[in-house]
Amino acid sequence: MSAIEIIDLEKSYLVGFWRKRPKLALRPLRLTIEEGEVFGFLGPNGAGKTTTLKLLMGLVFPTGGTARILGMDMDDPRVKSQIGFLPEQPYFYDHLSARELLNYYGQLSGMPARSRSARVEEMLKRVGLSDAAGVELRKFSKGMLQRVGLAQAVLHDPKLVFLDEPMSGLDPMGRREVRDLIQQLRSEGKTVFFSTHILSDAEALCDRVGVIQNGELRGVGAVAELTSQSQGKIEIIFHAQKVPAGLTALGAEARVSGDMVNAVLPDAQQDAALDLLRREHIRLISLAPVRRSLEEYYLQKLQPAENRKGAVV
Amino acid sequence: MSSRIGYIAFNTFREAVRDRVLYNLIAFALLLSATALLVGQVSIDIERLVVVNLGLTAVSLFGVLIAIFIGIGLVSKEIDKRTLYTVLSRPVRRWEFVVGKFFGLTGTLVVNTFFMAVGVFVALLSVAHRFEKMDVPVLAAVYFIVLQFFVVCALALLFSSFSTPLMAAVFTFALFVIGNLSQDLRGFAKTVPGVSGWLANAIAYLVPDFSALNVIGQAAHGDPIPGRLILFNTVYALLYSAVAISGAVLIFQRRNLK
Repeated sequence: MSAIEIIDLEKSYLVGFWRKRPKLALRPLRLTIEEGEVFGFLGPNGAGKTTTLKLLMGLVFPTGGTARILGMDMDDPRVKSQIGFLPEQPYFYDHLSARELLNYYGQLSGMPARSRSARVEEMLKRVGLSDAAGVELRKFSKGMLQRVGLAQAVLHDPKLVFLDEPMSGLDPMGRREVRDLIQQLRSEGKTVFFSTHILSDAEALCDRVGVIQNGELRGVGAVAELTSQSQGKIEIIFHAQKVPAGLTALGAEARVSGDMVNAVLPDAQQDAALDLLRREHIRLISLAPVRRSLEEYYLQKLQPAENRKGAVV
Repeated sequence: MSSRIGYIAFNTFREAVRDRVLYNLIAFALLLSATALLVGQVSIDIERLVVVNLGLTAVSLFGVLIAIFIGIGLVSKEIDKRTLYTVLSRPVRRWEFVVGKFFGLTGTLVVNTFFMAVGVFVALLSVAHRFEKMDVPVLAAVYFIVLQFFVVCALALLFSSFSTPLMAAVFTFALFVIGNLSQDLRGFAKTVPGVSGWLANAIAYLVPDFSALNVIGQAAHGDPIPGRLILFNTVYALLYSAVAISGAVLIFQRRNLK
């Protein structure tokens, strides 16, 4: 059974004051996420990532298509007890403490009172907020609110977790913690669907990614496959003060950095290049095929106008 | 009743109670009761009349202000601040959210009214030195004020479900004012012939009849409030609130939370 099966899900809004006309926020989207998978939904701001998540959460209503979540229709009320959601830049009730908020959400999720308190404390500890558990949320920093958001998303031990830009606005330590949490969810067998425009995070965490632009899915692929595709080039790094004569003749693009040289050349010239280094008694440090990065895949899938914006690595 | 409604109501109550704006309004109302006491002391022979009139008017007015200003933000604030997203992503139905919010606010107002009414009774006790049988109608008047709050809360929720908070406040307050004049409107309708009269009559019956829920004058004079009126007003206010809440739910069920 697939965790999420999106079948031609579509959303348009009526815009204009007098003469209303439909504006497509999401073109018919067809996408399947398998159970236990960590799926990254990539795209520039305004691409349709949040719209997709809101549709799946039932916060906005589709103008076409449907989706099945954990084998149930997306409108089925039973779905909600098995999913967790972290909205983008979450904001919570100002006058509640983190402990009160999690307790409230636990109540709404139907968690029994006996296990709820223990689980709340466990989650507070897991996101590093045990010391601030009794402080009102209006005194929390953005990073602390994000942690509360993550805690509430996984509080009721959902099978499927939706995270909208979970690393947004976090410092490097906060991003690391979110990464750890997602990896922990993966190890627990949870399915994670998260949207991001931070490609390095997606590359490090995701099993598969989908790229969306202007409300249209541009491509889907497994990160391991996308980044293992050879570019027909090799990268060699060796000790030298300057680029040896003859290497350029082999079609190498080289740059000197201190006492090291980094050269990229066609893989057909590998043996010739190694022979050259041996002849010159140059010590080789590394040799590796040049692989495509997720960033290159992302940029390739985006239309040229969008290539210049939206990607943060 | 779904337990989730209870949780949402309690959370709304807790949020409202911790909001300092609420205390400012209650302080103003109690201050007005104290003023009524002072004015009562200089009004020879009509101290009681002045205390009840001014005190209950303060309770009603400040309660309505709280009902409107918190009521219009009950749902819209949750949408603007996106707190609603994490609530509706749980097994909470939209109607449960609206109804829970309504009960939370009315619960807050009942508690507030209790404290403000205590202020009025303390003022009353200090001018009359003891409670009398003629003070019983004051309790009925306080009860009717609470019923008014139910209707005002429901209307604030209804208007905020499809308009901006500012417009919702204007609509609700306008209906509160017109509703207080509904008896006059009915009288006016009888004097106007044709379509205009029919229209005035329709409006008079459509707007909430707040004038029937206002017995402050009678209570101030110690006139008894008939049991039938208490029953009729209770049924009327609850039905009117239920219709307004149903309207709010119907609109909110179809609303895209952008």
